[in-house]
Amino acid sequence: MKTLRIGVLALQGDVSEHIDITNTTLREMGLEGEAVIVKEKDRLDEIHGLIIPGGESTTIGRIAERYGMISKIKNAAFAGMPIFGTCSGLILMAKKVRDAKIGEMNQPTLGLLDVEVIRNAFGRQRESFEISLKIPKIGKNPFPGVFIRAPAIASILSKDVEVLASYEDKIVAVQQNNLIGIAFHPELTDDTRLHEFFIEMILKSPFKDRISKANS
Amino acid sequence: MTITTIETKMEKPLFGTVRVKRGFARMQKGGVIMDVTNVEQAQIAEDAGAIAVMVLDKLPADVRAAGGVARMCDPKRIQEVMDHVTIPVMAKCRIGHYMEAKILEVLGIDMIDESEVLTPADDAHHIDKWEFTVPFVNGCRDLGEALRRIAEGASMLRTKGEAGTGNVAEAVKHIKLVMGKIRELKGLSEEQLLDMAKEYRVPIDLVKETARLGRLPVVNFAAGGIATPADAALMMHLGADGVFVGSGIFKSKDPAKRAESIVIATTYWDDPKIVLEASKMISEENSMIGIDIKTLKPEQMMQVRGV
Repeated sequence: MKTLRIGVLALQGDVSEHIDITNTTLREMGLEGEAVIVKEKDRLDEIHGLIIPGGESTTIGRIAERYGMISKIKNAAFAGMPIFGTCSGLILMAKKVRDAKIGEMNQPTLGLLDVEVIRNAFGRQRESFEISLKIPKIGKNPFPGVFIRAPAIASILSKDVEVLASYEDKIVAVQQNNLIGIAFHPELTDDTRLHEFFIEMILKSPFKDRISKANS
Repeated sequence: MTITTIETKMEKPLFGTVRVKRGFARMQKGGVIMDVTNVEQAQIAEDAGAIAVMVLDKLPADVRAAGGVARMCDPKRIQEVMDHVTIPVMAKCRIGHYMEAKILEVLGIDMIDESEVLTPADDAHHIDKWEFTVPFVNGCRDLGEALRRIAEGASMLRTKGEAGTGNVAEAVKHIKLVMGKIRELKGLSEEQLLDMAKEYRVPIDLVKETARLGRLPVVNFAAGGIATPADAALMMHLGADGVFVGSGIFKSKDPAKRAESIVIATTYWDDPKIVLEASKMISEENSMIGIDIKTLKPEQMMQVRGV
């Protein structure tokens, strides 16, 4: 098969962590491919899937909007490109965003996932934590959940959205067709199962063949 | 930079772990942290795309001009900023001032800067930062200072530069010293690494880890004298993970545009065309007036505090 190219949106945030864990996961799966940095919108035409890392959603959203990446990523998502957002990535993907303290947010977002996300849902940095999560879709063993000033999903706005994981009364991971949004940071751990889950999704996606054909 | 810890089953939430504290700093990478003194400035910073704000009583340039003892900012003012922005809020405490740090932790600040910009409370010791739930950022001028601060529990570093001068020369010197020494470490034998650990007065494991990674084990920003988009891009080019801008923004005559232009230049530092575009957003006439470091008396140098 053609070499897999997985983009990591590199406007701000923990980009190198996602590059590293994605490359490790590809190796573990025995796949030919690589994680690549996406800073210019034209790079979006050359990838089979996109990861939106952790960072500040207001910062990433503003730069993405300024350089025409919001509409381009949206179009790619509608065309079926698999997208995986962690923490600020989840916020950027959500249809509705609210801050736990400030309230309704008017920040540039992609508006792809039919969910309402609450920013800083667990509190400030001192309330950041690690916890074992149950994510049945990726296996029985608990997943190390690293939550850093993390958001949470307050409500689900469509029946296409599937809950992948919850912690206490909060939804912290969802999937909607080709989109995965999670509130925590697998890229800060050695556990590659969520990245593997995402890469499996890319492999099954019809989007992959279209891109490969376009670039061959 | 994967943080390896023993993956035990965590039934209850664990707060303030090394992974959570250093992880917070990783989320700041590629961004700009801006010094502010009030809510209005903090909102300008947030709107411009700052990843975090640092609340001070006075901007470093004003600290320099005012003289006297510079202390932690009034907690009421910090609280006001916390109530009005969604991005992380940081604040400075004096070097070695355990109690100012405890106050900031209880207040709920997201990161504490144990900073040489304030007057040190202890000439010989820094705060033992391991026991805190809140992460710390510390200044450094060379690899020895950097590793000593990590050994004391700093979750993030920033090269010191010379704050409040609008002169990037010292920031350049310090990031080059840190990056250069890390490159040198890579070629050293075990025995030589042990010598470095002795010279730096830090645990050998920390020296070995740095040599193996080819970078510091925590995020390292640049600070002290950054005033323009070109300054910020230069620091990124030299290997900084992000930048702190102190007086450079709110001592200029065009803070909102300048803040935005520095954010853009920090993201696209490797594309000179975009750095040019960012530079055109502002005018050099509006930059803060800089200070030639050579005109500073030894007692006016902030960088020598806390080594």
